[in-house]
Amino acid sequence: MSALPESQAKSANPRRVSSGRYSLWRLLREGLNGQRGWSRAWAKALPRPGYRVVIVGGGGHGLATAFYLATEQGISDVAVLEKGPLGLGNVGRNTTLIRSNYFHPQNIGFYEFSLKQWEGLERQLNFNAMVSQRGTLNLFHTEAQRDLFTRRANQMRLLGVDAEELGRNAVKALVPLADVDNGRYPVVGGFLQRRGGTVRHDAVAWGYARAASEAGVDIIEHCEVTGIARNGPRVTGVETTRGFIAADTVCLAVAGHSSRLAAMAGVTLPIESHLLQAFVTESIKPVLDTVVTYGAGHFYVSQSDKGGLVYGGALDGYNSYGQRGTLPMAEELAASAVTLFPGLARLKVIRQWAGIMDMTMDGSPIISKTPVDGLILNGGWCYGGFKAIPAGGVTTAHLIAHGSPHPLAAHLGLERFAAGRTVDERGVGPFPYAH
Amino acid sequence: MLRIPCPWCGERDETEFRYRGDASKTRPAADAGLAAFTAYVYERDNPLGWHIEWWLHVGGCRRLLKVIRHTFSHEIRAVVGPADQVSLPPQSRR
Repeated sequence: MSALPESQAKSANPRRVSSGRYSLWRLLREGLNGQRGWSRAWAKALPRPGYRVVIVGGGGHGLATAFYLATEQGISDVAVLEKGPLGLGNVGRNTTLIRSNYFHPQNIGFYEFSLKQWEGLERQLNFNAMVSQRGTLNLFHTEAQRDLFTRRANQMRLLGVDAEELGRNAVKALVPLADVDNGRYPVVGGFLQRRGGTVRHDAVAWGYARAASEAGVDIIEHCEVTGIARNGPRVTGVETTRGFIAADTVCLAVAGHSSRLAAMAGVTLPIESHLLQAFVTESIKPVLDTVVTYGAGHFYVSQSDKGGLVYGGALDGYNSYGQRGTLPMAEELAASAVTLFPGLARLKVIRQWAGIMDMTMDGSPIISKTPVDGLILNGGWCYGGFKAIPAGGVTTAHLIAHGSPHPLAAHLGLERFAAGRTVDERGVGPFPYAH
Repeated sequence: MLRIPCPWCGERDETEFRYRGDASKTRPAADAGLAAFTAYVYERDNPLGWHIEWWLHVGGCRRLLKVIRHTFSHEIRAVVGPADQVSLPPQSRR
């Protein structure tokens, strides 16, 4: 609601202290000054009675949408509601990979735009998100698999995205740790996207939160949405644990729980919630300087800057909201890890967790209007939500501000299912657990 | 690790089974229209709570089973044959 009286709008949040510009100069100055000049990176806002836009979910996509609404669309009367503290949802539970090596042209366009945003993100946010373009290497183990990857790489190159094929010896040189001569699954070669890599995931949440807060967005933590209010076909606001908040537009950015939030507005989505596990080993010296995916199983691994190997794989296999994960997948991933890197067999796994994925029926995300006027959905991210954060934010902000989809996300509307225009990257049809 | 009591084989590990999704959906009549078929093929209730679902016992009797499982606690409440009618326990938050 933009018609709030000025005094009321100001009284809830009387003082917003800027955290200032971060720079090497400031770091030196604070170093000499006993580090006393730093202030909170983002303001802890109290909820006002109403906003023009309320974004449910203070994860990567919610915060990015708020940031781009304020900076690119000129809408700063925005609140981001987060049920817990910022950054403890999926934005802090992923394996931090970024890449754009997809097959369908629409997906390549969307994720490549996202990758380009990552490349300039730290300057834009004035925050060190540790974007590291260390390369993403997809291994293949048979000639048939080489053909499949070649098809994908050619598609990417036709659209101007980098992809190069490496032979067996080049893989050996790049990843000396890998057992390329494995008797059962020898490595035939790999495809490398050099611009792929990793980003420090927590810093993405913090960076967007800080930049959005500086741009005038209210970030409200510990505020769980319990209901979505409607007046006939139109959304009017949200019921929360901190009271009713009116809004002209409500945007759901709660991947993992999209079905539950949409159900509050009477909308059923083509989504199931599934678990994806991730694991971190104890820290060791640098042994792996690219992201590697294993082609003879569903397994991918990178080494974090602290030295731990971060790895993950496929879904647990059945609907779940329990952020725990089950043992069969843990065993399968450990087996994949040891098959590809026998030298790591004695490493201990020190942490394991699971994130709840919104798995859509075609494996592609949803950035869309819904049957309820004023209710926007950013969800259905399947495995790929983290790498898509900048593109998801830009396109969702565009949809909220203009009421029509951003050209890069025009294929991601909910209507694609009834219309038979699904974007089935993996080609397995409407089985979310198979994507 | 789930332990699924198959009515024909007894209690077995989840690794013997393959998940086949929501079993609450029934195929609409041929002339039911686009909305009914879209809902049947694509839309899912996806509850946090009791869920009725298909599991195929690939590593055992190879029968399709109807299972009632909780999507947060993973407790399995009932396992019956594909044609048997079974009702969901009352839903409560977690």
